[in-house]
Amino acid sequence: MLNFFILILIYTCIYAFMSLGQNLITGYSGMLSLCAAGFFAIGSYTTAILTTSFGWSFWATLPIAALLSALMGVLIGLPTLRLKGDYLAIATLGFAEIVRNIINNWDALTNGPMGIQRIPMITIFGIKISPYQKYGFLLMEIIMLLICWFLFERLASSRMGRALEAIREDEIAANSMGINVTKYKVVSFALGAAVTGIAGCLQAEFTLSVSPGSYVFMVSIMVLCTVVLGGMGNFVAVILGAFIIQFISYLPQLIGLSNIIPAQAKQIIFGLILVIMMIYRPQGILGRKERNNKKAEKNWLLNKKEAINEHA
Amino acid sequence: MSMLETQALTREFGGVIAVNKVDFFVEKNMITGLIGPNGAGKTTLFNNITGLDTPTSGKVFFEGKEITGTPADRVCRLGIARTFQNIRLFKELSVIDNVMVGRHFHAGNSHNRTIQAILSYLNVEKEEKKTYLDAMKWLEFFGLENLRNEKAKNLPYGYQRELEIARALATEPRLLFLDEPAAGMNPQETEDLMKTIRRIRDIGVTVVLIEHDMKLVMNICDNITVLNYGQKIAQGTAMEIQSNPAVIEAYLGKDEDEEDDEE
Repeated sequence: MLNFFILILIYTCIYAFMSLGQNLITGYSGMLSLCAAGFFAIGSYTTAILTTSFGWSFWATLPIAALLSALMGVLIGLPTLRLKGDYLAIATLGFAEIVRNIINNWDALTNGPMGIQRIPMITIFGIKISPYQKYGFLLMEIIMLLICWFLFERLASSRMGRALEAIREDEIAANSMGINVTKYKVVSFALGAAVTGIAGCLQAEFTLSVSPGSYVFMVSIMVLCTVVLGGMGNFVAVILGAFIIQFISYLPQLIGLSNIIPAQAKQIIFGLILVIMMIYRPQGILGRKERNNKKAEKNWLLNKKEAINEHA
Repeated sequence: MSMLETQALTREFGGVIAVNKVDFFVEKNMITGLIGPNGAGKTTLFNNITGLDTPTSGKVFFEGKEITGTPADRVCRLGIARTFQNIRLFKELSVIDNVMVGRHFHAGNSHNRTIQAILSYLNVEKEEKKTYLDAMKWLEFFGLENLRNEKAKNLPYGYQRELEIARALATEPRLLFLDEPAAGMNPQETEDLMKTIRRIRDIGVTVVLIEHDMKLVMNICDNITVLNYGQKIAQGTAMEIQSNPAVIEAYLGKDEDEEDDEE
């Protein structure tokens, strides 16, 4: 049981990476993208191919996977990001499906539907981080997640985060305030793609095998669910959302009812959650994080006081 | 050469010519009015100058340089800011954040902004503090500093209008376009707005405004351009415009009997 709970936490971390990316794209820039599965697959296969066929270390494949995902993000972002709302969702969904189909059919590179097996385990300073000893793997994931979360949080509190929020609120007004809307949209899309690619690397290293069946449309939907459930525009909330979504999807196994409740039931539950959330709490469990200007405000008050004192 | 000049600016939408060969001039440090009946092409002219729309033909010059077809964000960086007819604030952001967006391109260095933003925690904080101070100046200019932490959407209408102007001024423009700033305001608010616009001119910002409130236009504009059906029909001082037969015709129609009804 505890072992199973650790498994849930491991998957929570993998999905939390994707949620961070999705939150930057959807929660901050306001773009409804549905291609998490595509970047997830690109990350996984980059690690799988480079480690098995070329003997690279996992740590070397990590930046390559992130860069490749980001590059793909830019490539599909440039033509599609001028689309809005549902249209963007459909275009990005198409991209994710294209990636899956390419993987499924490019036998020479990806071994087709058979997938790639026997991916070497991660080693760090000579210590093997085996997915069978779940604690070590989880610890590594948590450390990586914390770093990513910290970087994204910094990004959101910088003026780039503010620019993204401005774009979400009103693109035309943001454009007229000197913000290069296309550039910021593409950058946020690429960063979101990169972190989703990293999630893919971890997924490949955890299962030690990759096959096209793991990168279906449902993955993108689950990632979107984590963001909506946790709270758009709040990085802590989406990590919480990732945990809840993973907890629910493994609940039948956790309580030992997996032979009574079919695995597909989780899809119904996700649907219900989305509907209920939209009706009763559209902002998500924790809601949007307000921009924090407290330090700058204090500084302003201080300056003001000084100015008054000088006057007197 | 005038500060801003359009030469035979034309914008066609399919068969409709919204702006037809308009030569529009803005002189430095003056308040220029752009008036005309509804659908005359005033806002389209604004959009074509500020880069939100691209003219079909014709040219736009700002401070002697051609800016025809320059995207809106670059136009803003060149020193032209604008407000919108139907207020376009960042509704979910706080008042101060709205103005801080206006400071966006003044903060930080222009290279590797993304990397810098992610990596240098200290720099972000320093940069934010400075941006906050600069933005606050503009809130104080409008006396909105006590509302700084309110969400923009919760502000009363008049304040929203002021906030939009504050946000535009935060980009430090040399030329400010106001699209119907007095729309929906009561006489007292309009009176205050006139004072505000004069204050803006006094700090060295040239103002161009579209307005339907004739009292406001005639009172504060040094120069007025009149559009009708996309064409410029008159240009001159308030006095000249008021006695221009083409303008009277555009606004009141040709029937001379109207004048008899004045008393």
